[in-house]
Amino acid sequence: MSVPALELTGLTKSFGHAKIIRGIDLSIGKAERHAIIGPNGAGKSTLFNLITARFAPTKGTVKLHGEDVIGLQPYQINRKGLSRSFQITNIFPAMTVFENVRCALLWSQGYKYSFWNLVNNSRRLTEGADAILDQINLLERRNLPAGTLSYAEQRALEIGITIAGGADVIMLDEPTAGMSHSETDYITDLIMKVTEGKTLIMVEHDMGVVFGLADRISVLVYGEIIATGKPADVRADPKVQEAYLGAALEAEH
Amino acid sequence: MSNQLTTDPSKSAQRMRAGSMTMTLMPWILAAGALMLMPFIFTSSSALTIMNQMWITVIFALAYNMLLGQGGMLSFGHAVYAGVGGFACMHIMNASDFFASFPLPVLPVFGGIFGAGLAMIVGSFSTRSAGTVFAMISLGVGELIAASSVIIVAFFGGEEGISGDRTYAMPFFGNEFLQQINVYYLTSFWVLLSAALMYLWSRTPVGRMANAVRDNPERAEFLGYSARWVRYYSFVASGFFAGIAGGLFAINYEIVTEENLNTASSGVILLVTFLGGVGFFFGPIIGAIVFTLVQTVLSLQTELWAFYAGSLFLATVMFFPGGLAGLLMMHVPVFKLGKAKLLIEPYFKTLLPAAIGILGLCALVEMTFHFRHATKGDNEMTLFWTTFDSHTVLPWLIALAVTAVGLAIAKRTAPALKEAWSDANSAGEVS
Repeated sequence: MSVPALELTGLTKSFGHAKIIRGIDLSIGKAERHAIIGPNGAGKSTLFNLITARFAPTKGTVKLHGEDVIGLQPYQINRKGLSRSFQITNIFPAMTVFENVRCALLWSQGYKYSFWNLVNNSRRLTEGADAILDQINLLERRNLPAGTLSYAEQRALEIGITIAGGADVIMLDEPTAGMSHSETDYITDLIMKVTEGKTLIMVEHDMGVVFGLADRISVLVYGEIIATGKPADVRADPKVQEAYLGAALEAEH
Repeated sequence: MSNQLTTDPSKSAQRMRAGSMTMTLMPWILAAGALMLMPFIFTSSSALTIMNQMWITVIFALAYNMLLGQGGMLSFGHAVYAGVGGFACMHIMNASDFFASFPLPVLPVFGGIFGAGLAMIVGSFSTRSAGTVFAMISLGVGELIAASSVIIVAFFGGEEGISGDRTYAMPFFGNEFLQQINVYYLTSFWVLLSAALMYLWSRTPVGRMANAVRDNPERAEFLGYSARWVRYYSFVASGFFAGIAGGLFAINYEIVTEENLNTASSGVILLVTFLGGVGFFFGPIIGAIVFTLVQTVLSLQTELWAFYAGSLFLATVMFFPGGLAGLLMMHVPVFKLGKAKLLIEPYFKTLLPAAIGILGLCALVEMTFHFRHATKGDNEMTLFWTTFDSHTVLPWLIALAVTAVGLAIAKRTAPALKEAWSDANSAGEVS
């Protein structure tokens, strides 16, 4: 069996006495689209933050392509091919849309901290950034400050920034939060398109999006995964229905 | 960003580059021409002194803005890097054998090296975070080094400072820099070179990421960049150019003292940079020119120049946080829409009375100052080419009336200006 893209073993996080994540074992294969669902306060965002080193775990390991990444800084994990978006839009608001994407390309194109290259002279950077903008349909907004975009456009830009560096593991934290129906459809299509062939891990509340996109689903309740499996299996799982999904599914209809 | 011109996205990247190439080169050619011609327009030796001081302040302010405007780091102790660069150059001037081995125009490089060296040491712990922590460390280190000037006398020369003689350098094409005009061209060369290098720095990957880290350090970390290292590189580069400014100061004045590195000097450069505008590359240049003029020309006219400089700074912070550059650039969209004409009349109607009112206010301030501080019996004062007795009522009434009427008219016409402004900015909106 090949090495999983992401493997969590015994992952635990406590804030003081409060145990937020209570020992998570999860293995996500290459090119799998995996959704993490669960009620509010279940620890979904915390789990994301543990994987991406925003927080240090209390116990347990995180392996990216079989390599232990605990103790690394976010920027080091990013360089190993893991990229994430945030629940609250997290872009560079004072910079133009184009600059936002170009900054996301710099490291992956090997520019590092160089001060002997001029970014405007690199055709590869300009074309690469424009290609991403084309993919996320923001080419027309290219030269506007990112902070002036509409909410949905900012979310799209955030996804663009997240995928721009060519990471093969993409983590999206509630990409459709706060969106209208049409905007949700637009973002779902976009995610489908840009994560082709990549490993996707997403936290999402919208069940339509989850069942439309995910190959497998994990249900997180009170810091534990109570079920993992194919959408249909998870949907049928009585534990899941009891804990969460039943209510959520009813709300959908 | 701000320097990038809006381009049509449908055009190819290549065309955009060629277009922006001439657009970016043009200001530099004009600046070089202006620097060459200035001494022929302003021929007096005091004008040369003022311009030298101006260009040195320009370099220092641009270096400071690498931190404040581009990197989002507020430093209260940046004079230290310029000062140490200046002291290092002074010591090199006094090391006669070594100094005689190279021409004078090379000397500022050593100032830069020492400035950058100190920044490497301080930056290693101060750039861990931006914001308050960085500001406090910069203040502390600034005070510490300024205080060392009376302790480490061998390097800082105690209270007298260190002086030297620039003419002992190896002659540069036969030139020994005996005259002010020679120093002027040396300073001009360095201001152009430094400004160009700092501009180019802002277009490099690490310069671009400085903006990103300023806006959102966390996001930058998730793009593969360590926010701390990005800040560190900006900090060291800024220390380098500050050191160059310090070296030029040493060449110009042939003396460097504690004043070159104390908190007051650090405060001035913050003021200069902010006054000019931190959001645009050329902002600090405007700030340095305006402030130096206030400091030199206005200080000849009035003892209260610092009061006016402070008021100007306060007004900038409160009403135009974009600084003078921001104020200028606000008008770019208006010109692009071809509606600048709409503004001429309202500007005339509001700004002229406002200016007259403010001058009236200045007259009141000057008269109060004279009334309180002139020696007894010296009741005569001269203001705006008029000599009068500051102890009589009439001048006060006139000044008061001018102030009140000027400001009242400005207040009356302000709504019309506001309306004209929004008219001039509307139609064919950008987004």
